[in-house]
Amino acid sequence: MAITLTEAAADRVRHFIQQRGKGVALRLGVRTSGCSGMAYVLEFADQIEDGDVVFENLGVKVVVDPKSLVYLDGTELDYGKEGLNEGFRFNNPNVKDACGCGESFSV
Amino acid sequence: MVLLQISEPGQSTAPHQHRLAAGIDLGTTNSLVASVRSGSADTLPDEQGRHLLPSVVRYLADGAVEVGEVARADAALDPLNTIVSVKRLMGRGVSDLQTLGSVLPYEFVAGESSMPLIHTVAGNRSPVQVSADILAELKRRAERTLGGELSGVVITVPAYFDDAQRQATKDAGKLAGLKVLRLLNEPTAAAVAYGLDRSSDGIIAVYDLGGGTFDISILRLNQGVFEVLATAGDTALGGDDMDRLIAAWLMQETGIQGDPGHAMQRRLLQAACAAKEQLTDRDEVDVFVDLDDGSRRQTRLSRAQLNALIEPLVRKTLAPCRRALRDAGVSAQQIGAVVMVGGSTRVPRVREAVAEFFAREPLVDIDPDKVVAIGAAVQADILVGNKPEDEMLLLDVIPLSLGIETMGGLTEKIVPRNTTIPVARAQEFTTFKDGQTAMALHVVQGERELVDDCRSLARFELRDIPPMAAGAARIRVTFQVDADGLLSVTAQEQTSGAQARIEVKPSYGLTDNEIETMLRDSIEHAQDDVEARRLREQQVEADRVLEALQAALKEDGDRFLSSDERVSVDNAARRLAEARNGDDARAIKRAIEALEAASAAYVDRRMNANIQKAMAGHALDEFK
Repeated sequence: MAITLTEAAADRVRHFIQQRGKGVALRLGVRTSGCSGMAYVLEFADQIEDGDVVFENLGVKVVVDPKSLVYLDGTELDYGKEGLNEGFRFNNPNVKDACGCGESFSV
Repeated sequence: MVLLQISEPGQSTAPHQHRLAAGIDLGTTNSLVASVRSGSADTLPDEQGRHLLPSVVRYLADGAVEVGEVARADAALDPLNTIVSVKRLMGRGVSDLQTLGSVLPYEFVAGESSMPLIHTVAGNRSPVQVSADILAELKRRAERTLGGELSGVVITVPAYFDDAQRQATKDAGKLAGLKVLRLLNEPTAAAVAYGLDRSSDGIIAVYDLGGGTFDISILRLNQGVFEVLATAGDTALGGDDMDRLIAAWLMQETGIQGDPGHAMQRRLLQAACAAKEQLTDRDEVDVFVDLDDGSRRQTRLSRAQLNALIEPLVRKTLAPCRRALRDAGVSAQQIGAVVMVGGSTRVPRVREAVAEFFAREPLVDIDPDKVVAIGAAVQADILVGNKPEDEMLLLDVIPLSLGIETMGGLTEKIVPRNTTIPVARAQEFTTFKDGQTAMALHVVQGERELVDDCRSLARFELRDIPPMAAGAARIRVTFQVDADGLLSVTAQEQTSGAQARIEVKPSYGLTDNEIETMLRDSIEHAQDDVEARRLREQQVEADRVLEALQAALKEDGDRFLSSDERVSVDNAARRLAEARNGDDARAIKRAIEALEAASAAYVDRRMNANIQKAMAGHALDEFK
């Protein structure tokens, strides 16, 4: 079981948490919603909940609730640019299919 | 594969429901757009990595529109179709252009409303349309960068903008296809950008010297709530003025004679601006000016020379600072932080003067060009619902005093400017004539003493006042401004309860109708205003005295006055009537005194007779 961050992603997460002034970790998760069934959750975490699984990568703490971890195991979080837009990208090996825009997926 | 941003805990949006928000600083010289992404606000660059979008629009004959850097580069080639500093024209009437026209090299035509239109090869353009073209460019940039449609924007305006100017800005946003969540005062946005809302309570001064406008605002932070205590400024003072001073100096130094053409004027201003910017980090620069004949002149400008050139402008910013402190009722020592905004605050002399004035080092960490847009983005992010609402509440103030017209065309201010809203204020007025049964109320906005110099907001009438002697009726006029800036005025006669009411949105739609008179800086006219008020007051007093005297004479003039006395009273009355139509307040006052002296005996006799009549038939002890 593992979640990893690329260096670019870790860099940005550290920067954003510092800018925000609070937060103990980055929360990754999935929830059932969207046209292909599942959608990613990417949030600041102000506290670690009971049962959360904590991964530490390049000095950044990532927390995932156990239910979501099933769908996210092996995911690498990356940060990149597409044209003018920039943001985080989930490289998730569990995904079988995704909607056109990639905002939701199914496993 | 979609790119995601980090959300606040529990605030992750469903797919396709990201609410994108942006803050826009629509500046006189440059404009910016910023957005909050992954909890951090920053300005958005274009494809070339440039954050600042020059507020320059060029109209081409084929209908194409160039905005920003491209347009600015062509400004010198095509000055008449390239619009710069359009913000100065926002919400202005044609009559205001006499003062601005000499500064802006455009061909103006009067429009259907009183809004001026700028004549270009692509047709006539209003300042609102020009601003909308700038906003549309920023919208495109933001939507490309954020990867979706904007749900809403916050646009910043100088705190000094009056309602017509604010409305014009909103209209420009609408025209550009933006949903304007609200307009935010630039200084408040700057304080928000510095996160001063999260710091301890205190009083903050925001010194904003941009390209074309100067604003000083005094904000109070109390338990996380910002309150604007006072604002002051000068809508026609900024870095552009520095450039003009330097350009004039360049003309002198390089021996350019007479009136330079439009294109030459542009080149001079560009050279001046470049020299000024370079002198922020250097002590001396070489300045080159290309002449119309293709030759090139060169001169040197030192920082000391620059400081001397701009010193009058720097000084000119300090008077509004003093005024704002006075309005806010605080001393310079009570200011806990000074925030610097606007590109012109990079000029070392400006920083020095501000540090001296407030006796503390100003905050300059955030790029002064970006700070306002960043604050607006933070606010926009909250307003579209990406952050819990309780984060910040900004209170607003009334930018210009609200009042009503009184006899003689004078303004009686009821809600003074800088009053925080919501607010309700009341004042009592009375009738001017005996048996007066109706009263016309004229609601005005502005700082000037004469109604003609203020903006007319609404007129309404109070009827069914019971007939009474002049001055006996008590009419209570209540001004109420709600949190959205909606003004309602109620007039009620206190004895009968007769009431009339009107609701005003103290802002003018553009097509709505005439903007008769725009407000000048009231300070400029303070002296004239005082004189004018004195004259009107004496005229009103003269009318009152003459009216009362004529009424009395008609009733019993023959009974109490010998024919000689009557002649001298009539003469004095005639002299007063003549003086009243002149424009010398003191002469009117003297004539009133002369008439009072001439009619003193008559007034005495009349009063005695009236007292006798009142007492007749009563025993003396009834009066003990």
